[in-house]
Amino acid sequence: MITFESVTKRYPGGTVAVDQLDLEAPTGKTTVLVGPSGCGKTTSLRMINRMIEPTSGRVLIDGADTSAVSPARLRRGIGYVIQHSGLLPHRTVVDNIATVPLLLGVDRRTARARSLELLERVGLPQEMAKRYPAQLSGGQQQRVGVARALAADPPVMLMDEPFSAVDPVVREQLQNEFLRLQSDLGKTIVFVTHDIDEAVKLGDQIAVMRVGGTLAQVAGPSELLARPVDAFVAGFVGRDRGYRALGFTTVPSSVPVEREETVRLGESLTTARDRLAHGWVLVVDAEDRPQGWLSEHSVRSARDDLVTPDALNLGGTLATVRGSLRELLDAALSSPSGRGVVTDGQGHLLGTISPAAAVRLIEEHGSTAADAAGRGETA
Amino acid sequence: MNAAAGGGPPGVVEYVTSHHAEILSWLWSHTWLSVVPVLIGLVVSLPLGYLAARHRWVYPPLVTVGGLLYTIPSLALFVVMPSILGTRILDPVNVVVALSVYTVALLARVVADALGAVPEDVAQAATAMGYTSPQRLLKVDLPLAVPVITAGLRVAVVANVSLVAIAGTIGVPELGQLFTNGFQLSSDGPYYPPIVVGVVLCVALALVLDLVVVVVDRALTPWLRKGART
Amino acid sequence: MSNAFTWLTDPANWHDQLGTPGIPAQVVAHLEYSLGAVAIATAVALPLGLLIGHTRRGASIVTVANGLRALPTFGLLILLYVVISPHIGGRGDGPYLVPTEIVLVLMAIPPVLGNTSAGVGNVSPAVRDASLGIGMTGREVLLRVEVPIALPLIISGVRSAVLQVVATATVAAYVGLGGIGRYLYDGLAARDFSQMTGGAVLVAVLALALDTLLAAVQRWTVSPGVSGRFKAGTAQAALGPAGAARPGAPEAAAEEGVPA
Repeated sequence: MITFESVTKRYPGGTVAVDQLDLEAPTGKTTVLVGPSGCGKTTSLRMINRMIEPTSGRVLIDGADTSAVSPARLRRGIGYVIQHSGLLPHRTVVDNIATVPLLLGVDRRTARARSLELLERVGLPQEMAKRYPAQLSGGQQQRVGVARALAADPPVMLMDEPFSAVDPVVREQLQNEFLRLQSDLGKTIVFVTHDIDEAVKLGDQIAVMRVGGTLAQVAGPSELLARPVDAFVAGFVGRDRGYRALGFTTVPSSVPVEREETVRLGESLTTARDRLAHGWVLVVDAEDRPQGWLSEHSVRSARDDLVTPDALNLGGTLATVRGSLRELLDAALSSPSGRGVVTDGQGHLLGTISPAAAVRLIEEHGSTAADAAGRGETA
Repeated sequence: MNAAAGGGPPGVVEYVTSHHAEILSWLWSHTWLSVVPVLIGLVVSLPLGYLAARHRWVYPPLVTVGGLLYTIPSLALFVVMPSILGTRILDPVNVVVALSVYTVALLARVVADALGAVPEDVAQAATAMGYTSPQRLLKVDLPLAVPVITAGLRVAVVANVSLVAIAGTIGVPELGQLFTNGFQLSSDGPYYPPIVVGVVLCVALALVLDLVVVVVDRALTPWLRKGART
Repeated sequence: MSNAFTWLTDPANWHDQLGTPGIPAQVVAHLEYSLGAVAIATAVALPLGLLIGHTRRGASIVTVANGLRALPTFGLLILLYVVISPHIGGRGDGPYLVPTEIVLVLMAIPPVLGNTSAGVGNVSPAVRDASLGIGMTGREVLLRVEVPIALPLIISGVRSAVLQVVATATVAAYVGLGGIGRYLYDGLAARDFSQMTGGAVLVAVLALALDTLLAAVQRWTVSPGVSGRFKAGTAQAALGPAGAARPGAPEAAAEEGVPA
């Protein structure tokens, strides 16, 4: 556990970056510090590994005062990932990952072997090991940065906007892998971001900070979306939060789906025409996995005699029983036929659900969401 | 001739008053010998640098040849020039050509780097707004490259002032003559005045020419100044 | 030029005779003055440059050192010779050598100091920050991170210094010191143009050889990750905002060389 005890950082000239911060980051959980620029979130993070020294107050890791050990020794036990990876350009990927173990006196062979393991763990192929950072894409560099931070197996990791410099598609991949890694490793992580969506997605606990370096609210993600304490937090958490809060409620296995007539790829169009319901028929593959919708119009105007992939409308999203209510509602709303496709965990079709039925389900199960919607916009 | 004329400041004043005509003419020739090669070098470097920025394959040989020319000591170049140009050993043309060669060796690469460093989004925006290639070069790329090019010019002009003085050792008349004269007059005992006058004038000339480049740079890049009107 | 070739290939010029040193002896003498001066200058400027770059303080020292460039080399040489040589007794080269070495050292300091401090000072803040953040001490950051990254600039500073000094050492023959410059001034005095041109060729070749040697050292010591010279087959377009700048760009940005 990382504990801030009335920590203040005041710069010469009087600017107060962090003001009397009291915060606990629980062991094995991800605590996200989020807020607008100038709120002191990065300063707070950097006071944990003493990249910045507090003006007053203490930072404790598992009850031990961080100021009791030398900064270098303290930092070797804390993983550190920053926005622009900060990889050493003159060292290969494998040697970059091995940096901290080598500083700690691990022999080169062991350190390299461990590096190669980690490379795989962060989803990079082994042949990347001999490359130099300049030969990697931004997303790959960030993965190597994460691997480097993990190399000495530190219990604590500090991550300073690690995914904000990559494009949205890569960012989402990195976030998903972060969640996968963290569920395996269970590190105590403090994560800084200015992106509230990222905070809600990754954080077990979210600390919203306001300009001037004070805490506005500390809460779990669904709690934060449902009950922002004041207008500042509500404004920062933003619009659509009722909808976004649905992301924290799981679709029950008893979800009331309707049976849907389907046609397989490769079956005849005549069959497809017979199974049209309100102008649409759902196409599945041989394993009963949904492939897309076929409209009455394309059934009639098709030149082929068979159902082919290129005639399909791919507009609808899929929901799964283990997924969130948000996915379920989105599947219902985005489906061209008006019927949201629901699958089991393995991707096999369970049935479809109408938007009205999805909303009814939300009313029954999504108490937090209803709560959030009930409060309305206060910002 | 020597000790009687004395060292120290009074000697300097006496020396200057008795030799002012000579000193002025040396200062003048030193100035143009320093400046003309920079102007020639700039005129040659602009198209060369443009070619290297535009066509990638031109850049490596340009850098290599420039680097090679750079390694040749100036005195060696001054001495070899007559046999290349068919000039007399004391012809100032030797100095002008040799220093122009150095300036091109330095500036062509600087121009290429400066034109190559124009931000891609600016270049794209200019093209998208309908600038033709030559228009973009003159109205966008070149103005943005000015600060880098003038930085190169400052290095070239300050170096030239020192190099021109070296030409004095083989007898070309400019401020270097003050040093050779001082050296010869010191054979029986130190005689500082011409040497001191020479050092002071060379430093002053270098600073003034440097300042001229800075002023030109500022005039050409009003957008870099704080509070510039737009 | 053909006369120079005749002069250079005349065996008589390659042997010491009647107290006149031959070409090998003059080349060795030239190398001694030059490399001695570069060694002294590097011993002073390299640690100072590392310190200024690492602490990011004392940039004014670099500015002052750069001011030395405005001094006319030849004028300074004559001035120091006239001031110093009367105080150095004895025979031998002392009266010529001491002022010459001082000038050569002064000429060699600015490129080494400027390039070293700029090279170290311009190491990306993200890399410095990350290196400190993963637990390197200030000394480890300097030696394991900043120096390897700044190495191309540091070596190119030394290369500039060598070229500067080899060239200026030629001029030192004017006050009476040995070295290749002798052929230029003796040839001039005797109107022996083949000797002059031969000497010019010699000194140009010497400068080129030294520069090539240092270029090889640079190529050998600088990490491919810094120079951008990746092995064939592993090259991949550098992407993303953190991708390194174009290969060679850092060198181009702070080239300090001026001919001498």
